[in-house]
Amino acid sequence: MAKIVVDVMLKPEILDPQGVAVSSALPRLGFNFAKSVRQGKRFEIEVEGDATPAQLAEVEKAAEKLLANPVIETFTVRVEK
Amino acid sequence: MKVGVVTFPGTLDDRDAARAATHAGTTAVSLWHNDADLKGVDAVILPGGFSYGDYLRCGAISRFAPVMEKVIDAANGGMPLLGICNGFQVLCEAHLLPGALTRNHELHFLCRDQQLEITNNQTAWTSAFTVGQKIVIPLKNGEGSFQCDDATLAMLEGEGRVIARYVGDNPNGSRNKIAGITNERGNVVGLMPHPEHAIDTLTGPTADGLAFFTSVLTAMVK
Repeated sequence: MAKIVVDVMLKPEILDPQGVAVSSALPRLGFNFAKSVRQGKRFEIEVEGDATPAQLAEVEKAAEKLLANPVIETFTVRVEK
Repeated sequence: MKVGVVTFPGTLDDRDAARAATHAGTTAVSLWHNDADLKGVDAVILPGGFSYGDYLRCGAISRFAPVMEKVIDAANGGMPLLGICNGFQVLCEAHLLPGALTRNHELHFLCRDQQLEITNNQTAWTSAFTVGQKIVIPLKNGEGSFQCDDATLAMLEGEGRVIARYVGDNPNGSRNKIAGITNERGNVVGLMPHPEHAIDTLTGPTADGLAFFTSVLTAMVK
């Protein structure tokens, strides 16, 4: 069984209030490493057997149509071992 | 004149939308998300709420509901279509309107009476207003920040497709204080605040919202 991972992030030019909130909470806890934080979504999709190029192409299509909104988000598709 | 009001699982404001349509002198018809049938209506309202629990993104799953296929076809054919709040989010997800609605810039869920300025009265849903008219209707949302790229913003402004703007401080971080927009043809309107909650002073802060629902009557008579 293979796992296909789709990561969805807001485009850089789109304001991410959740990331900003996390970014301002970190120093309050003594964590001073973050210049900025962006928050995204991760989808883990399990498929039978090895992930085929055809399946990956289908996942790409699904990501474009449903998992991400291309107006405000970008996504990447990869197979996780 | 029949106005359909779509109910998705998680829709909250369908009854008020139907009441507003009735109050304006049209006949409200309930449409169910799972029926691919518009029951012969002349216009459709996608009301507010949290359809499909706002899972994934607001409006992202509703947009693929069976009834939406018919709604999208009819809207592309010129049928008046109004999306309020969650309905506006559905219209953007369905690409009937450009842009997207994202989390309020200060992350708070807002619920307040909001002043708006009407900036376009050439649409099916705003013809009963005058340009520059100030109205007060409720605003209640967690993800009402209208976002789009610079080119889209310039296009919306250049073509006069912003139909209403927030007056005073920007409640949710929307670009150019945009509260509502329309499509090129003017039959599809998306609005973040709730006119259906302000159709008489017994139940709302004002009766200012009623004009959205009387406007469509004029659009249908034409």
